[in-house]
Amino acid sequence: MEEIINWTFQVVVVFLLLAGGIFSLIAGVGIFRMPDLFTRMQAAAKTGTLGVGMLLIALVVQFWEVGIFIRAALVILFLFLTAPIAAHLIARAGYISGERLWRKSVCDEMKGQYDQVTHALSSGKWKQDDP
Amino acid sequence: MKMFVANLLLAVVWSLMSERGTMFQLGVGFVFGYILLWYLQPLIGHSGYFTKVLQIARFLIFFIKELIVANLRVAWHVITPASFFKPGIIAVPLEEMSDLEATLLANVLTLTPGSFSVDLSTDRRVLYVHVMDVDDPDKVRREIKEQYEKQLLEVMR
Repeated sequence: MEEIINWTFQVVVVFLLLAGGIFSLIAGVGIFRMPDLFTRMQAAAKTGTLGVGMLLIALVVQFWEVGIFIRAALVILFLFLTAPIAAHLIARAGYISGERLWRKSVCDEMKGQYDQVTHALSSGKWKQDDP
Repeated sequence: MKMFVANLLLAVVWSLMSERGTMFQLGVGFVFGYILLWYLQPLIGHSGYFTKVLQIARFLIFFIKELIVANLRVAWHVITPASFFKPGIIAVPLEEMSDLEATLLANVLTLTPGSFSVDLSTDRRVLYVHVMDVDDPDKVRREIKEQYEKQLLEVMR
């Protein structure tokens, strides 16, 4: 019985490590292959976060201790809070400095909403009416 | 909050009582503590804590599912040679919400399928979202509002 449980744990660890590694790889390849800044950030922000998250969960399953669990949980929490914000800042800086959308993009409803001087972003005609 | 502390305390007591495997036992203890407190409601008074925990759990499961779907989809976009997608930036009108709620909504959107928050308007009423596949802008707007905004506000309030 003990052996079966150990074996199952090992399989889960291997699966998580492999999947995490593959997702991280895809994040890297995605940055290289995507056509413009915004689609690149999509690839980097999503797959990078899940990839690292899976590696950390593999660590927890491998060692199965409270101390490691708490540390890994904190790292995942901060990663999920900060990675999207970093991506958002890069995309915003890119948009303001005139980075173009990919030529096959369908629409850009943010066009002309930035104030050229103050960089304040107006909500334009999309603002929802208060009930 | 008081209920949460009580529940956590019960979980710790449970895990201390059991022989080994503290981490697993902590989870078990939390579930049993939750059930116990739920049964004791007539005695200790009603609390919004119980529905809140269920809502948070539901949202977390939904979020993890969406996160995995998002990654598989991005992986698909990266691997396929021809780029079939039709990206675009879409403005999503928001309800009145606090800074924390807006931040969380933007983060959740970035990590879920096909969407990526670019910027929030200065008056915090419109979120500009870059979407991978835009067939119909109004449909995407509606989906984001109904799925993510509604659920997140339900959990936060």
